[in-house]
Amino acid sequence: MGASHEDHHHTPDPHGRALRLGIGGPVGSGKTALTAALCRALGQSLRLAVVTNDIYTTEDADFLRRAGVLDPERIAAVQTGCCPHTAIRDDIAANLDAVETLEERFGPLDLVIVESGGDNLTATFSRGLADRQIFVLDVSGGDKVPRKGGPGVTTADLLVINKTDLAPMVGADLTVMSRDAAAVREGRPVLFTSVRQEPEAHAVAEWVTGVVEAWAHEHRHAHPHAHAHAHAHAHAHDADSPESSAHDTGSPEPGHGRDRTPV
Amino acid sequence: MSAPSLNAALLLLADSRLPAGGHGHSGGAEAAIAAGTVRDLPTLAAFLRGRLATSGLVSACLAAAACALSAPAAGSGTASAPAGDDAGERGMPSPAARGRAAAGVAGGLLGGWTELDAEADARTASPAQREASRVQGRLLLRTARRIWPSPVLDGLAEAVPEGAHHPIALGAAAGAAGCAPEEAALAAAYTSVTGPATAAVRLLGLDPVAVHRLLADLAPDLERTASTATAAVTPGLEQTVSTVIAPGLERAATAPSAHTADSPPPSPAPTASAWAELPAHSAPALDLLAERHLRAGLRLFVS
Repeated sequence: MGASHEDHHHTPDPHGRALRLGIGGPVGSGKTALTAALCRALGQSLRLAVVTNDIYTTEDADFLRRAGVLDPERIAAVQTGCCPHTAIRDDIAANLDAVETLEERFGPLDLVIVESGGDNLTATFSRGLADRQIFVLDVSGGDKVPRKGGPGVTTADLLVINKTDLAPMVGADLTVMSRDAAAVREGRPVLFTSVRQEPEAHAVAEWVTGVVEAWAHEHRHAHPHAHAHAHAHAHAHDADSPESSAHDTGSPEPGHGRDRTPV
Repeated sequence: MSAPSLNAALLLLADSRLPAGGHGHSGGAEAAIAAGTVRDLPTLAAFLRGRLATSGLVSACLAAAACALSAPAAGSGTASAPAGDDAGERGMPSPAARGRAAAGVAGGLLGGWTELDAEADARTASPAQREASRVQGRLLLRTARRIWPSPVLDGLAEAVPEGAHHPIALGAAAGAAGCAPEEAALAAAYTSVTGPATAAVRLLGLDPVAVHRLLADLAPDLERTASTATAAVTPGLEQTVSTVIAPGLERAATAPSAHTADSPPPSPAPTASAWAELPAHSAPALDLLAERHLRAGLRLFVS
């Protein structure tokens, strides 16, 4: 279950399609909030769609739609029948179907985010579903969590430790978390955030932008639209998008849409 | 001639671990549990028996029909003799083998899928169930096309782009995997009860061994259902062969150069559906539960 960058060849036909980014992590760690933050930060520079995996009802999808960070039509909800980890790892059919339906409807896209249902430390995305994955922890689970490891913590392409603003209140030592995470992750990146305090999660958005650009560069030959420069998409996007007005004043720099008012 | 042995591919198709989206569906069990209809082992047993006798049997028929339509041409570009030989090896009588070979042309190239799919639609009163069945069919077909690549499965996906009903996708996948219609019917009957049983284990915390005992008790009924379904498919298959296939084959024989997969010859419109006489047992309570489930504020399963 390696989540290494080298292991893409299991993903069928990656050419000419969007990067598929999985966001996983325990219940309440901030996966939906991070997804919303990425939509705020990147919605102007990248052509985006989101698949949520709800445990109950369509809570997460509804939250994102209400947050107004993305055209509601570009958010699809998958229900997982008590098994959120199954839907992202063992039986990815419903998620793949949702991703491809979004790509057919709104494509070409640059990035499709698949947010998993809240799960445990062993949950990771199949490489058949996600090209890259972020695992989200929060400090309120205790500063020992990174040390405990588990495939999500150790192998995700990016580990995000959220709710740093709560660290003093729960007695979590961020230095310990950083040191332990580095020890188990063998050099893979770790970012600390507080999405509540920083609703566009700039550092994570920048990491995602870099990954999307690298992906597009790697697979550009097969698809004329999947080129590396995300900021050029603001124009191409306007022609065929019903919410094009939201993109007319888009920030030219990916990951730096800070002056855009979140709605 | 010994009885045909079980095709091992059937085990893969019937396995709940087949990555085809089945884990997200409870077959009405979640709604039945929410309504208090299913609450313990005896009520679950009654639910499963009722489901098998109604939608389970209909699913088995549709799966057998789809398998008969798909098996011979699977894995080859044409409905050719080797497929018939394969059927013969499996102990099928040779007229049936020929019929299957010919019907494969109908399923793959002449549009037999839309007719069979319409029959499934007509037997699924609840819109929620229709949607659940089509979604599961689409997911299963997506998976099966990668596992058992076949022009017949491609043809089914093309003929019913919104997603064929699940039993049809199951039957077609079984055919592509080399299974016989009765095996496809058995798989359909089996999954019609194992899905809800597993969901009940998760939702009610029932003893999983006790629930599997219930399923084991149903085994003779599963086999009877498969036999009934296979027998029920024969008239429709014969009609398909006589009204659709034979003229199609004659045309193909007289103008071989005009026949390509890209431009299939037009199908003569049959006067009545070949599959109209397939069993149509309904379960109004399941229909109502499916509709109620769709509107439930809190649910774990898609259906």
